[in-house]
Amino acid sequence: MLTLLETNLDWGALAPLIVVFVGACLGVVVEGVLRRSIRDEAQLIIAGLTLVLAFGFTVQLWRGREFGVEAGGSVSVDGPALFTWGALIIFTILALLLASERKLNQGQTDFVPMAASVPGSPLEARATALRLEHTEVYPLVLFATFGMMLFAASNDLITMFVALEIFSLPLYLLCGLARRRRLLSQEAALKYFLLGSLSSAFFLYGAALVYGYTGSFELNRVDAMIGSAGASSLLLAAGMGLVGVGLLFKVGVVPFHSWTPDVYMGSPTPITAFMAIATKMAAVAALMRVFYVGFGSMEWDWQPLFAVLAVLTMLVGSVIALTQSDIKRLFAYSAIAHAGFLLVAVAGAVTPTSSSAFGALTGSVGSIQFYLAAYGLATMGAFALVTMVRKAGGESTSLASWSGIGRRHPVFGALMVLFLLSFAGIPLTGGFIGKLLVFLAAWAGGYGWLVLVAVLMSLVAAFFYLRVIVVMFFREPNEHSEGVTVEKPSWMTWTVIVVAAVGTLVLGLWSGPLAELAIRASAFLGS
Amino acid sequence: MTFPLLTLLGLVPLVGALVTFALKGAAAKYAGIAFSLVTLAMGVWAFALSASGTGFDERYTWIRAIGAHWSLGSDTLSMTMVLLTVIVVPIVLLAEWTIGDDPESGRGSTGAFFALALMLESFALYCFMATDTLLFYLFFEATLIPMYFLIGRWGGPKRGQAALKFLLYSLAGGLVMLFSVVGVGAEAAKTGQASFLVSDLAAANIDQGTWGRLLFLGFFIAFAIKAPMVPVHTWLPDTAEQASPGSSTLLVGILDKIGTFGMLRFCLAIFPDSSKWATPVILVLAVVSVIYGALMAIGSRDLLRLVSYTSISHFGIMVLGIFAFTSTSIQGSIFYMLNHGFSTAALFLVIGFLVKRRGSAQISAFGGVQKTAPVLAGLFLVAGLSALSLPGTSSFISEYMVLAGSWQRQPIFTAIAVLGMVLSALYILLAYQRTMTGPVTEQTETHVSVDLNLRERAVLVPLVALLLVFGFYPKPLVTPLEQPAKEAMSHVDMTDPETVVKGGN
Repeated sequence: MLTLLETNLDWGALAPLIVVFVGACLGVVVEGVLRRSIRDEAQLIIAGLTLVLAFGFTVQLWRGREFGVEAGGSVSVDGPALFTWGALIIFTILALLLASERKLNQGQTDFVPMAASVPGSPLEARATALRLEHTEVYPLVLFATFGMMLFAASNDLITMFVALEIFSLPLYLLCGLARRRRLLSQEAALKYFLLGSLSSAFFLYGAALVYGYTGSFELNRVDAMIGSAGASSLLLAAGMGLVGVGLLFKVGVVPFHSWTPDVYMGSPTPITAFMAIATKMAAVAALMRVFYVGFGSMEWDWQPLFAVLAVLTMLVGSVIALTQSDIKRLFAYSAIAHAGFLLVAVAGAVTPTSSSAFGALTGSVGSIQFYLAAYGLATMGAFALVTMVRKAGGESTSLASWSGIGRRHPVFGALMVLFLLSFAGIPLTGGFIGKLLVFLAAWAGGYGWLVLVAVLMSLVAAFFYLRVIVVMFFREPNEHSEGVTVEKPSWMTWTVIVVAAVGTLVLGLWSGPLAELAIRASAFLGS
Repeated sequence: MTFPLLTLLGLVPLVGALVTFALKGAAAKYAGIAFSLVTLAMGVWAFALSASGTGFDERYTWIRAIGAHWSLGSDTLSMTMVLLTVIVVPIVLLAEWTIGDDPESGRGSTGAFFALALMLESFALYCFMATDTLLFYLFFEATLIPMYFLIGRWGGPKRGQAALKFLLYSLAGGLVMLFSVVGVGAEAAKTGQASFLVSDLAAANIDQGTWGRLLFLGFFIAFAIKAPMVPVHTWLPDTAEQASPGSSTLLVGILDKIGTFGMLRFCLAIFPDSSKWATPVILVLAVVSVIYGALMAIGSRDLLRLVSYTSISHFGIMVLGIFAFTSTSIQGSIFYMLNHGFSTAALFLVIGFLVKRRGSAQISAFGGVQKTAPVLAGLFLVAGLSALSLPGTSSFISEYMVLAGSWQRQPIFTAIAVLGMVLSALYILLAYQRTMTGPVTEQTETHVSVDLNLRERAVLVPLVALLLVFGFYPKPLVTPLEQPAKEAMSHVDMTDPETVVKGGN
């Protein structure tokens, strides 16, 4: 029997989670206590320290290999969880650096001075004149990070649902905080909220059905029950499907992708970057945990389904991206296409227990972790560069306004090319190795045909990344690009760009260490 | 640890590219040429070592988790290609010494051109030296990046489109090959030990059944696009027409050799059975390339297109030599890769000088050039004669070896290919007649009034000298190639037919 109150928590194993949560709460306190003038610095310092400390604890746990299922079976601290935690923390730090950039925008952040004011109202004008600010951004991001970390490590479906809500609610808010084009931003927030709630409901319903069939929320017990109950039933299949829908929504897989473009475009760019990586990372980790651990014995049922979804996702993402004229929307569709490439490896399902091919190659989990790290770095870098292209203070994201920008600003152009090549999976970048590992995993899992499709889709994808390069280098400046400049940012954005660029090259050329780490951190507990 | 000559050989031009990129003006030019000359010295040294039988392979683990290695080989096949690369690059740099000065033809500085060319040289060298399939693929794709910018930034008015067409074709080939690279890696891992080394893959017995053939096709299609063979050749004439002559030289002279090189190194070694299975179709395509390329060259109104079509024809002969599976034909084929590099370089560059004066590459725009610029016309003729494989030029030796060797196993295909030789005389001499001989036209009089200057002569003379010297004394280059030819034969498990004609030495 489950006891309702679990008293003997292993605080050490949960330290990274606790630290981030406490840091977020401290941020809320700071909002109420400190003067407005020093709030921003205080928030930045608190968030920074929190994340560094949490990272330290994560490394500590990994060093000691202190794996275990904690908190009464609801949190699984294992290799994939720790890897995801570490990566999430790093990307959160980078995203916060982007969020606190002020030099690009006449000393103000990209966030709205007062979110509650109606766009265009006198109240808004007054808030702008007073130079008000929402420093709540920092605690909100920390809460989201906490939710994602918990999500990636949840070992039962209820905890997973709670985590899902913990990270979703702050994200809905953050989406609506753009300083410019506020209606678009608020629309994005509302859309994300409505669709997100719907998918959460699906998840919860699915979890209930799974409970109905197996009598447990805990993933390894679910697996054990499925194994002993033998024949699969409609109840179980429906439950699995609905849980899958909830997860795939967060990953951004077709046909649950429709929120992505609007949300990416409307959100403040630092938040877009944060969502693009962190959400995807947490959601894919949770997806693999649920399906590899919880439904591991039913892989014959869900593997083909994932393969089909992968094909659809790659196709829709790549083809629609071809027609985009806004760079942020283009990256949104590119994110969808990348979700498809990730699913290719998920469908391969090469795990230590499932396949004899494991051991000679990196396996599905390790490949995906590497892929996400490389993808995350390129995404961070690309969005950081997007924030630098300005017209009259605001970001200029239409592709036409980027004409000839690479020739006028060669360093900017070269960096963008690097990140685009990494997205496209061209060698010498981390993106290529990621793609290679993912494809190897899919092939080893018996999905050679899927690799063929994925390779063809890569060509389509390469084409739209190439379009950006063509516009930047070979298109003459036109009326759209008049007054568009590449502003010089402060050290914060530069740090992000340098980390992303160096990381992308290192992962592409000296890929061994991270690949080794990813493979060693690829065994789920209880699978 | 021994001296990592091969790694350094690729590293020097890469460092050179970075240095050249950072410098400005004349300093960048001199730095660029200096780095390319150092590379030349190292490359020649490496070739000499390799030809004398010294092995100096390098192998380090790169990504242990998937069995990828930083593995460079020093066999004579690799080193011959290295020799070609290191010789052609400094000549191209010298030929394009003033490319940045002309506001019409491009927007980048000469220094930027040099930097990209050096980057390309580095990637191409690693490509030729790699004995690990993944490493090879890495640089195979990486060469596209500098090449794309070289085509797109310097050249004719439609260079942007030409660069895009080149890139899309190459990427398509590259991604099809990625499928195969993933496939061989995953299949080899089933033996329990993941590895991308060509030797391990050859031993892993991957070439089985339908999947084996599919994987072979992935490699072969990529190499056929690269080479280029009919019917996937259409990108080459369009690209060569718009690119600067220097870029075209790098593209056709060096990069396209990766195609035929890849067939020898990867297709035959990893997929011996599939290679034999596909031979009839490949030979048909090769012969079609020979004839079609020659006919199109005769019909070309543009000198740059003409040269690119002649290359398609010549690549057909190289492929014929490889897939005829006799040691003489394979040996000839490899030697031809080298000679073809020199003779196309000479042709592209001399035409480049001509075009630069006249501002047009149309054949009809010229006439009587030999009276106004006799040295130019003379060098054009010699370069052209080497392209049509006149005895006395090294191209003749290699083409003869290919045809004589192929005859022993594939007399019909060879007989048709010989027709290509006849046609080649036609397109070269016709082009010469129409542009160089006859009365001096008014346009020629005003535009092509100045003969080649010292720098331009310095570009062409070494190439012509190489073609002639090795036309009379090919032994130092041909003898080392016996070994790779023998290896290729043993990969596909074939022996020469009874009536062996001893060729070449």
